[in-house]
Amino acid sequence: MTTELPVLTPKDFGSDQELRWCPRCGDYSILAQFKKLLPTLGIPKEDFMVVSGIGCSSRFPYYVDTYGFHSIHGRAPAIATGIKGVRPDLQVWVITGDGDGLSIGGNHLMHAIRRNVNLKIILFNNQIYGLTKGQYSPTSPVGKRTKSTPLGSIDNPLSPLSVAIGSEATFVARSVDVDTKHLSKILERAAHHQGTAFIEVYQDCNVFNSGAFYYASKKGIKEENIVYLEHGKPLIFGTDRDKGIRVNEGNRPEVVKLGNGITEDDLLFHDEEAEEPSLAFMLGRMRHPEFPEPVGVLRSVERPAYDVALDEQVTESIERKGPGDLEELFCSGDTWTVT
Amino acid sequence: MATSDVAPAEGKRIEERDAVVIRFCGDSGDGMQLAGTQMTNVSAVFGNDVSTLPDFPAEIRAPAGSLAGVSGFQLHFSSNDIFTPGDEVDTLVAMNPAALKTNIADLKRGGTLIVNSNSFERGDLKKAGYESNPLDDEDLLAPFDVHKVEMTRLSRDAVEGLGLSLSASDLCKNFFALGLVYWLYERDATPTREWVAQKFAKKPDIAEANLRALQGGQNFGVSTGSFRVHYRVPPAKLAPGTYRKITGNEALAIGLATAAKLAERPLFYAGYPITPASDILHELSRLKHFGVRTFQAEDEIAAMSAAVGAAFAGEFAISASSGPGICLKGEAMGLGVMTELPMVIIDVQRGGPSTGLPTKTEQSDLMLAMFGRNGESPLPIVAAATPGDCFWMAQEALRIAVEFMTPVILLSDGYIANGAEPWRVPKVEDLVPIIVEHPTELNSEDGYLPYLRDERLVRPWCRAGTPGLMHRIGGLEKSDGSGNVDYDPNNHEHMSHVRAQKVANVAEAIPEQDVFGAQEGDLLLLSWGGTFGAVRQAVKTLSEQGRSVGHAHLRYLNPFPRNLEELLGRFGTVLVAELNLGQLVQLIRSKFLVDARQYNKIQGKPFQVSELIEVIESHL
Repeated sequence: MTTELPVLTPKDFGSDQELRWCPRCGDYSILAQFKKLLPTLGIPKEDFMVVSGIGCSSRFPYYVDTYGFHSIHGRAPAIATGIKGVRPDLQVWVITGDGDGLSIGGNHLMHAIRRNVNLKIILFNNQIYGLTKGQYSPTSPVGKRTKSTPLGSIDNPLSPLSVAIGSEATFVARSVDVDTKHLSKILERAAHHQGTAFIEVYQDCNVFNSGAFYYASKKGIKEENIVYLEHGKPLIFGTDRDKGIRVNEGNRPEVVKLGNGITEDDLLFHDEEAEEPSLAFMLGRMRHPEFPEPVGVLRSVERPAYDVALDEQVTESIERKGPGDLEELFCSGDTWTVT
Repeated sequence: MATSDVAPAEGKRIEERDAVVIRFCGDSGDGMQLAGTQMTNVSAVFGNDVSTLPDFPAEIRAPAGSLAGVSGFQLHFSSNDIFTPGDEVDTLVAMNPAALKTNIADLKRGGTLIVNSNSFERGDLKKAGYESNPLDDEDLLAPFDVHKVEMTRLSRDAVEGLGLSLSASDLCKNFFALGLVYWLYERDATPTREWVAQKFAKKPDIAEANLRALQGGQNFGVSTGSFRVHYRVPPAKLAPGTYRKITGNEALAIGLATAAKLAERPLFYAGYPITPASDILHELSRLKHFGVRTFQAEDEIAAMSAAVGAAFAGEFAISASSGPGICLKGEAMGLGVMTELPMVIIDVQRGGPSTGLPTKTEQSDLMLAMFGRNGESPLPIVAAATPGDCFWMAQEALRIAVEFMTPVILLSDGYIANGAEPWRVPKVEDLVPIIVEHPTELNSEDGYLPYLRDERLVRPWCRAGTPGLMHRIGGLEKSDGSGNVDYDPNNHEHMSHVRAQKVANVAEAIPEQDVFGAQEGDLLLLSWGGTFGAVRQAVKTLSEQGRSVGHAHLRYLNPFPRNLEELLGRFGTVLVAELNLGQLVQLIRSKFLVDARQYNKIQGKPFQVSELIEVIESHL
């Protein structure tokens, strides 16, 4: 028997909680795209779960009318792994930030991705600790002056994409908070991926790190600074779409201008399905201002998901050994009888 | 110990004994744990009561022959009820000088000493720090019945012709020693032979070598002139039923799988490798057909967090560790307290602080369990008394967790985790399933209120995926009822009291404390956890001498049994014996304003019965 699912709208996923993000925070846009996505997936409302850690972005679950868990700092991927461990049927989204996911929770993020747990992880990267009012984060650039780095940060930042790909991610993407069309598309791709889908979203913290991503988000500037990835298509960018990325003889990417004998065929063609992650890794290393930064899906490959495999082991064990028999369990090993 | 002569067998005298304590000791690579375990098996199957004390170093292989690398396994087998692995050793098997040096002090005067004389060469002696060969030291050996056996040579002889290398042949000498001990105590080797055949099914030459070495040891006992006497320990008069040997960690795993099976629902177990708790993970990972889902997490924090996640999803959730791991779990346990979700945290305690004594026992973490989280963070605590009790307390902890929607800590320790005893197999029909009723409908006109409490202050446990009951919870303080984030000062005070009272209410759902021996009188010995056996034996001995001593052994530590205060008042002196510097005694003194006395030992070793008797007598 199939039951007709009620037609839901984004409004149906709004909770009764008052939003407590700062006005004009990038989080609003991400929330809006997320609420637009859910009703389109054909999944009953009760089968969604949103899990977060601590930080501004981690308030997210309160604002979506699904099952939600606003947990502790950095642990959301581990908590979500436990949820999927017993309920592989639920669609679980993890909301985290650059501090939550890459600093205090780096270990959990890395291992959730490595296991390929069926989680959709959105990492809001604003390059700052917002909730604690403005300390530098593991993605803040060197030299960044913050409350805790009055003389400028001396920490080398890490790239969320490099971490994800280095952790053997099967799905890695990047988008930008205000690029709503693109963000919707990426969220949708993530929703349909089997295994861990990792999305970095450039998110503007207009209070503590305003404009950190203007180069990638502001119309009239971003065209020169980002390159949209499309599977099977050459990497072309620029206001006049006259520039591209070519791989040079040293196997390094370089920016070239089309024309003067350089054609699209000379450019790097994106292959998000490449088993070998080197291309995706190389793209993830392209940083502003030397390169346009890639947005889109860097990598999307298939590998068995942890929670599905765990479920299968249980099912296979029952098929092979029969459902557990307590008497047999109690009497495993040598027994003797006293009369 | 009664002895009586029985008809001689094989031309040798046989004596009957009530009980024997034997200890195998040797290098970490000598297979002493295996020998001890096999001796335990055959003794248990024969029908003796048994109690064991494995004692091994934290290093897998400390330098061969060194004092640090000595591994021991003590077995007490008896025709009577026994509670402990025994204080003094009757028979010591020492495979090298280091083992002799570190263990000889525990061998009682007149005891039997069996040594592998082949391993007392100059190099071996030097590694053990002997200037001269102790086997030539008449003063040292005079109090004992000494048997110098060329075990290395004899086991090589036994396996000759199988084409084994010398080093492979030498690996069989534990079976030679075992065979000799089997002869000495008239053990039937059948269970060991079957075990060898199964264990080495794919390596028939190794199986054959071990069997030959075993037989060689038995034959040696028969033929050598060195042993004139051997011994018989008749079966114990245990309560009727089917028995098996069980360790505490096995019992925990079986207990958890039982809870899952009886409730007909999955059980999620998240762990991270740590001594001495890892065996629970090993055991449970083989029980997937019971619906057990095991998760080896990236760290202790993740293991605990995953358990919280599984509990929020609506399933039985367990995590286990030992002291250092429990420290790391504290944060997520606090989340469990705040979100009022059911889960069990097992702490198999070991010597601390920090890495401490990973393989040695200690009642290290009662205070950690009580107070080791930020804020007012109460949760129920129970403790298993014996290896077999772990089976029951695993289920009891889960029952309390689910019934009261709270994390529960179950304290075990290295001693009962690795120690073995006979366990009377329960009848499945006598076991009580943990029944859970998850809400399926709204519980108020204002929608679903996740923190709407019943008369015992317990909130409902909603399974994720239930239509219409979507809700959000988290680590921030909540408004009672709705569960919404709430920073109101009065609400926080209210919720702090509610969380405390809910845990206090558990006292009504646990049994009253019983007392063994004197029900009132001069002295009450108060203990908890894995010290049960030694304390019970000490009090039993003194009771039988007519002394006015009672024993209350706590299995419920938070809240305490509801009659505990009244009970303490019935005795002139309350003496709290613990393997720490005094943790329960502090709780007892502060809660009941009782002038409780304390006896503490913190050596990584269990209590001996004799020391407890002495201490109790000094307080009488």
